[in-house]
Amino acid sequence: MDPLRQSPSPSSSEASSPRTLSCERLGYVGIEAVLDQLKIKAMKMGFEFNIMVVGQSGLGKSTMVNTLFKSKIWKSTMPGLRVPMPQTLQLHSMTHVIEENGVKLKLTVTDTPGFGDQINNDKCWDPILGYINEQYERYLQEEILITRQRHIPDTRVHCCIYFVPPTGHCLRPLDLEFLQRLCRAVNVVPVIARADSLTIEEREAFRHRIQDDLKTHSIEVYPQKCFDEDVNDKILNSKIRERIPFAVVGADREHMVNGRCVLGRKTKWGIIEVENMAHCEFPLLRDLLIRSHLQDLKDITHNVHYENYRIIRLKESHALPRGPGWVDLAPAPSPAPGPAPTGTRASPGPAKVCRWAEDNSDEDF
Amino acid sequence: MAVAVGRPSNEELRNLSLSGHVGFDSLPDQLVNKSTSQGFCFNILCVGETGIGKSTLMDTLFNTKFESDPATHNEPGVRLKARSYELQESNVRLKLTIVDTVGFGDQINKDDSYKPIVEYIDAQFEAYLQEELKIKRSLFNYHDTRIHACLYFIAPTGHSLKSLDLVTMKKLDSKVNIIPIIAKADTIAKNELHKFKSKIMSELVSNGVQIYQFPTDEETVAEINATMSVHLPFAVVGSTEEVKIGNKMAKARQYPWGVVQVENENHCDFVKLREMLIRVNMEDLREQTHTRHYELYRRCKLEEMGFKDTDPDSKPFSLQETYEAKRNEFLGELQKKEEEMRQMFVMRVKEKEAELKEAEKELHEKFDLLKRTHQEEKKKVEDKKKELEEEVNNFQKKKAAAQLLQSQAQQSGAQQTKKDKDKKNPWLCTE
Repeated sequence: MDPLRQSPSPSSSEASSPRTLSCERLGYVGIEAVLDQLKIKAMKMGFEFNIMVVGQSGLGKSTMVNTLFKSKIWKSTMPGLRVPMPQTLQLHSMTHVIEENGVKLKLTVTDTPGFGDQINNDKCWDPILGYINEQYERYLQEEILITRQRHIPDTRVHCCIYFVPPTGHCLRPLDLEFLQRLCRAVNVVPVIARADSLTIEEREAFRHRIQDDLKTHSIEVYPQKCFDEDVNDKILNSKIRERIPFAVVGADREHMVNGRCVLGRKTKWGIIEVENMAHCEFPLLRDLLIRSHLQDLKDITHNVHYENYRIIRLKESHALPRGPGWVDLAPAPSPAPGPAPTGTRASPGPAKVCRWAEDNSDEDF
Repeated sequence: MAVAVGRPSNEELRNLSLSGHVGFDSLPDQLVNKSTSQGFCFNILCVGETGIGKSTLMDTLFNTKFESDPATHNEPGVRLKARSYELQESNVRLKLTIVDTVGFGDQINKDDSYKPIVEYIDAQFEAYLQEELKIKRSLFNYHDTRIHACLYFIAPTGHSLKSLDLVTMKKLDSKVNIIPIIAKADTIAKNELHKFKSKIMSELVSNGVQIYQFPTDEETVAEINATMSVHLPFAVVGSTEEVKIGNKMAKARQYPWGVVQVENENHCDFVKLREMLIRVNMEDLREQTHTRHYELYRRCKLEEMGFKDTDPDSKPFSLQETYEAKRNEFLGELQKKEEEMRQMFVMRVKEKEAELKEAEKELHEKFDLLKRTHQEEKKKVEDKKKELEEEVNNFQKKKAAAQLLQSQAQQSGAQQTKKDKDKKNPWLCTE
């Protein structure tokens, strides 16, 4: 019994491997006050959340972001306004600070106008992947400094919402290519955009076909099955996975329905209420993103995607010229076309249950 | 491919107003839930002389019996003993590690007493740093063993700090959060206690010892922290035995002249210590350890290894590159040394071989010599043998000849004796 209790060695600097023993306590100590302390600290520091919306123009991305955060983050482009179509894919980021009940959230939304709009859309995902990697790079540079900041500003993309056009058939090649590449670098939540053009039955059929497509191509969207930690998580996430991709409708105008003021789209045949579960699945998306899984999104980004990026970077840094630049992406591993990058990127093995950076050392180089 | 990112500069963060309930006010709860499922780590280091009441105080603080054997007084040096426990309260799991200094203050020569403690603390930082610098790391489920709080037990002499205390605290103040406490405070009277406390604090200040400052920047805790800081160092009494007081059982120490109640604020500062250490500032202690003490250690260590953030041309260095370069350099050196050793080994082997060959040759020669002598001897012996045989032969011949002669002589002799006998007979008959 005793050898178990007495931990280490005569050499005083040996830390004991924690042979933790459960102790029976005889009274209240007050350990749970640490939760309140955590909360206070977190609220004082504020939270950060970075979201990216990807999809072809006209799918309602900006409107969706406005609806999600109930504020005019973007000026949604009205059809008819002469907005010059961008020739190359550009990324726009806007940062806002929103506060609710004392909780401050620094929200950064990155839009991708011009995605998939050209005639030749080859490699249109490269700028996006480059942007994501640039954020990881920025964080890595801050982290390996000698004198670090107390709190490293987090600009990494925590969640990428991919808007699937409501064709009603199945995922297009562009969608598949994009999803395949991006799922390995960032949390992707696909949604069926402008779902008010599909009936309920069409939506279900479309959803099933998309799920089949995702499975065939082994694309793991958020919530990833391999990161379910315990039974409760599994149950909760399975429910969500059944409904992915959500069929959403975005609206930022309010209308009167039955005496209540609701967000919705007014059409000649009725008013589509955004927050009504019978009409669309926007509440599910909002709950997933904000009310229940926001912290989880950030954690997976930090513990898995960022770590994967870091492993790749650190392994190849000796091949670089001195000092990788900050904006110049040339030294950073830009994903080469074809299936090769999936080899260099960590592929979330479906057998893995715990959250840690994937073991891809065998596949590398 | 360069990405054109249109992004307003950081200072223009706009504050937006929400037109409805979004729901991210559940964020702190989400964060707390995540932390609860992972559990918390808290590591306390107790520094103090043997028998000053460290184990008893830990038992009292955490309301449990940690069951350790009291240490003896004849330890040859200071040794640190760490023990881990898992406590659970409602849904919070705490991995508590208590590190004891065994043998502190017992030696005759206490010059090096602080060294094992500093080494232990540095070793924990080093372990964390190694994990952080790994290529494949798992920081989020790493069991954090860095010391979050150091309780320094001051002996209740009533006069002032001992020089050992000052020296040790000075060495520890930049590495860990020090909370000084006066142990066995029931041996000091109230008025003496007040003088003792102010003497200790003034000594600490005049010697530049940085003890842990309870944070006063957060409104919710600023007030309580400020009032408590006035009472530093806390005069505590520890006890795990319960005594009936009034109609309740309370932790106390019973003396013939009265009962010292542990949780009575008039009797001692135990409640204040518990409030400060656990209920109010546990998280802050952990954060200070990580953001101040650990960062300081990391910076010193990396600078020692030769890393810089910027080179003379003020271009940012890649830490990992320099690390790789250093590592390669180191490996190159190691290889060179290995080569040297190998060559030396080969040389030695050659020498030994040569020696052995020499010895072998000598042995061969000896053997030859011996063989030759042996041969010679053998020959001599053979010769002698031959001679002897010849002699024997001769002898035999002679013997044979002699025998023949003798037998002949005998025969004739026998006849002669017969005659003689016959001759004699008549003589015998005549008698």
